[in-house]
Amino acid sequence: MNETGNALLRYLPLVLLAIAWEAVSRFGLVSSSALPSLSDVVRAWIDLVKDGELITNGLASLYRAAAGLALSIALGSVLGIFMAWWRPVNVLISPIVEIFYPLPKSALIPVTVIWLGFGDGSKILLIFLGCMLPVTIGAFNGARSSEQVLVWSARCMGASRLRTLWDVVLPSAMPELLNGIRTALALSFILLVSSELIVAQKGFGFLIGFLGANGNYDAMYAVVLTVAFLGFAADRIYLLITERALAWRAS
Amino acid sequence: MAGVVVSDRPNGLPEKAARAAYTLFWAGARVFSIVLLLAAWEILARSGTFTPFQLPAFSRVLARIWDDALSGDLAINSALTLYRALTGFLIAAVGGVMLGMAMSRNTLARWFFDPIISVGFPMPKIAFLPVVMLWLGVFDISKITMIVFDAIFPVVAATVIAIQGVERELIWSARNMGARDSELLWQIILPAALPTIMTGLQVALPLSLIVAVVTEMLMGGYGLGGAMMTASRFANSTAVFAGIVEIAVVGYVLIKGMALVRRRLLIWHQEAAAPYTQ
Repeated sequence: MNETGNALLRYLPLVLLAIAWEAVSRFGLVSSSALPSLSDVVRAWIDLVKDGELITNGLASLYRAAAGLALSIALGSVLGIFMAWWRPVNVLISPIVEIFYPLPKSALIPVTVIWLGFGDGSKILLIFLGCMLPVTIGAFNGARSSEQVLVWSARCMGASRLRTLWDVVLPSAMPELLNGIRTALALSFILLVSSELIVAQKGFGFLIGFLGANGNYDAMYAVVLTVAFLGFAADRIYLLITERALAWRAS
Repeated sequence: MAGVVVSDRPNGLPEKAARAAYTLFWAGARVFSIVLLLAAWEILARSGTFTPFQLPAFSRVLARIWDDALSGDLAINSALTLYRALTGFLIAAVGGVMLGMAMSRNTLARWFFDPIISVGFPMPKIAFLPVVMLWLGVFDISKITMIVFDAIFPVVAATVIAIQGVERELIWSARNMGARDSELLWQIILPAALPTIMTGLQVALPLSLIVAVVTEMLMGGYGLGGAMMTASRFANSTAVFAGIVEIAVVGYVLIKGMALVRRRLLIWHQEAAAPYTQ
């Protein structure tokens, strides 16, 4: 009881904001096309779920984000660990990473469209390219900071180089790598929505643009809030999983 | 430790020469892969594997950038993008630090803003872009609002964590020696919190540029992002690639500049004494 009371008190400001929103649009302080009332938005959301539009477009978006993110995690972590493990790889790759890191990845949207067209491929490529660098840098920093004493001990006790990589370097790289993946997760949502807003035939971003262009603002707000909530929920779920995965670390 | 082993020689000359050769070698190795990448781009584009639409040659992209520079478009577009990104970033920086300080000092402010920050930070705020367009139109004001909206969260979060992390002993000592509230804030808390706040700013700056480019792409008009989108509508892929290179250079300069500012501001801090690797 006390715990729920605490949680309620903690999130009360959000409830207050929601009530303020409802009141502002109810009492006509702002025009209802600029800010439809919260209850209208909820009604529009239920309609969108009922006729399946939100689900189909949402699944299309989540597929793109998941595919791009999975590719970037797979390639990025391997690349980062190899960069830390072999100096020649580092010397070759790190200047390229350093050049591409500051590039706002949204600038790549038109190019991915030129290469792969308007469908899934261009979004997956964009998310992959954008999310790869944070993962690579996390894996690199993590693997580089693994304690030399541990590596030497493992080698001394007869572990092969590959075995050392797997049993010593990889676990000690884990915290930083998981942190990099968290950045990538947030970035994947940003890139997904912005690329879908610019060119797409389905997906959350497309739905937002489509509803907005038709003046269906209740529904547009409903989709915007859904995307925002999904981004927040994905981050929280990811945090829960990583806390589990890193439970062996005495932090 | 890094590889220089000829340090026992009595006269310093071979050591110096070895060190110079060593530095030169690794600097060369760093440039090497970039040159290789650009050469591969040029060769691949000229070999006819891809159509010029898919991959225009690097030399043609450079020529296009040169034309942009001569016609003055490059200056106008990059100045506008930089103006939007930096204005948004500055508002987010000042507002974020102030909000963070208020949250650290005032329980009521903390109670009200804490859930908003922790829910708002991981949200993809770019999804609110159509809403902001609806309210504020498609001009600078809505672009800058979007940038502030995105960039302020890391600054607030970093400021709160930074002020929490200031050692109690420092504050107690200062109080003991008779520091007033404002002195405590300006001379003790802010300097001690500065490294972490700077880290938050270093997250916010690239974010500002990302959002500046996206908003320009979506709302059109001048600016590097807008110019790229126009080029893409006219299927002018050379100009699209030129836009990427231009945006990459702007981003590179901004981030390197920020790292310089950090080193300058934190020159007294122990992190500045650490070997500079990048």
